[in-house]
Amino acid sequence: MSALPVPSRLWAEQLTLGYDDKIVARDLSVHIPDGELTVIIGPNACGKSTLLRTLSRLLQPSAGQVWLDGQAISRYPTKEVARRLSLLPQSSTAPADILVRDLVARGRYPHQGLFSRWHADDERAVQQAMTATGVAQLADKPVDTLSGGQRQRVWIAMVLAQETPLVLMDEPTTWLDIAHQIDLLELMRELNRDRGHTLVVVLHDLNHACRYATHLIAMRDGKVLASGAPKDIVTPALIQAVYGLACVIIEDPVAGTPMIVPVGR
Amino acid sequence: MNTLREHRPVTTATALALLCLALGTWALASGSLTLGLGQVMDALRGAGPQGTQLVVLQWRLPRVATALVLGAALGVSGAIFQSLMRNPLGSPDIMGFNTGAYSGVLVALVLFPGNTLGTASAALLGGLITALAVYRLAWCNGISTLRLIIVALGVRALLVSFNTWVLVNGSLEATLSAGLWNAGSLNGMTWAKAVPALLCIAVALVASLALSLRLRLLEMGDDTASALGVPVERSRLVLLMLGVVLTAAATAIAGPISFVALAAPQIARRISPSQRLALPMAALTGALLLMAADLAAQRLFLPYQLHVGLITVSLGGLYLIGLLIRETRKR
Repeated sequence: MSALPVPSRLWAEQLTLGYDDKIVARDLSVHIPDGELTVIIGPNACGKSTLLRTLSRLLQPSAGQVWLDGQAISRYPTKEVARRLSLLPQSSTAPADILVRDLVARGRYPHQGLFSRWHADDERAVQQAMTATGVAQLADKPVDTLSGGQRQRVWIAMVLAQETPLVLMDEPTTWLDIAHQIDLLELMRELNRDRGHTLVVVLHDLNHACRYATHLIAMRDGKVLASGAPKDIVTPALIQAVYGLACVIIEDPVAGTPMIVPVGR
Repeated sequence: MNTLREHRPVTTATALALLCLALGTWALASGSLTLGLGQVMDALRGAGPQGTQLVVLQWRLPRVATALVLGAALGVSGAIFQSLMRNPLGSPDIMGFNTGAYSGVLVALVLFPGNTLGTASAALLGGLITALAVYRLAWCNGISTLRLIIVALGVRALLVSFNTWVLVNGSLEATLSAGLWNAGSLNGMTWAKAVPALLCIAVALVASLALSLRLRLLEMGDDTASALGVPVERSRLVLLMLGVVLTAAATAIAGPISFVALAAPQIARRISPSQRLALPMAALTGALLLMAADLAAQRLFLPYQLHVGLITVSLGGLYLIGLLIRETRKR
């Protein structure tokens, strides 16, 4: 990869992040390249979720700044940010008895005024989001009656209905079985490749990350140890540095991407 | 667009509204002087004999209107609080905001007697100061609802003892009128007493309805709401203040009326599970509950007139016992 700055609508500059008195990261700078599927990996408590929350202005950095489209993100009105950038948080609560269609429709909130009514545009966005995530046929079902995998798709549909160029997801595959995980990852790839969304996703599974990411950010102790295409940066040395894990890297027989095989102790 | 699913809650709401109107009209017509429906309608239009007009417009209508509007205010206030606290017991009466309003009234009546500016503003001020104090005390890098409820319970306990202290130390006259006010009553309601607080409630109701979508988004969790573009802390504070204003204004007119804020949102939910019209449904259910309770207070034990607060407290007790039985049966 070249050293030239990548074109980037979203980037963070010299962040200091922390909760209460505990500092999670210091002097952390990250560029999210446009049009890529960026995956952030790293051990527990390395600051990846904190970074994602800060990038989506859920968390205020104690120093540094997040920039969105050339302006400090903290200077935008809340709704304006939500028209450019959406986030799937680690956990959300579905209101009791809500129907799939109504939950997805809530993604249109940033596009609606205080008294404005539901437009044809809103209806189209909701329909498209449900089709893209394969939940259109569940539209009139209550969300509480769905399986975990279906429910996660509905939440993603809500995020897509927001129709933002940037989509952030915090560990979206947790709680899903392996088939649904792959399903979801394929959906993300489709969103990135075919629909042109820029995605930033926190993932736990290294092999999933290597296979689906077009841009990988490896973190440890609040620092970015490496970033770039998985093929270029994933080496046994990097995995050792990030996780303290000895491993062998082979080629994924299906995708041709790096595949990490742990050696063990 | 969507058909059946959207019409049902609207139909239910319309039915509730009609029921409120019917009960209100009946309250206007009945009493020691029984009137016909035609006579009531004439009086409302400003026609008919002077005497009938006086009875309907000046004696009965203030009470009926107050019961309906106060019921709606309490219902919406309860719905806002229960939604923000994510807890069906997180209603403003249980969290002690009407205790705070009462403190305001006591301070005005007992410590500054002869001040006619009124119980209304004193109650409002008392409720708002209590709410701000609770919010400030519970704030610690953001608000956790459980912490908020517990702090509210603590503050409420303090206020109860403060109220007792004021009552013990006040003059007999002031204490008597303050004690009477504490019963929660609509007896002898007049326009002069009701109008300032009713206006205040009307404004707060409209504002609450305008913010009802934000309230529903907040129910999905702070992160999700914020990601959808809701300014979380600000919205929560504004909604909390609106809920307090609604309770405090109702308390200012009639004294503390419990149970309505607690039960109306829950009953509304049973009648129509759709969240789309949650606030209007809570308003209508509250109005219906208080109207019915006030009629019961007037008519049940003739010739004795009860305070409506007594009826709602008893109903509240029965309601909680009913809930407990249901919950234990489930286990």
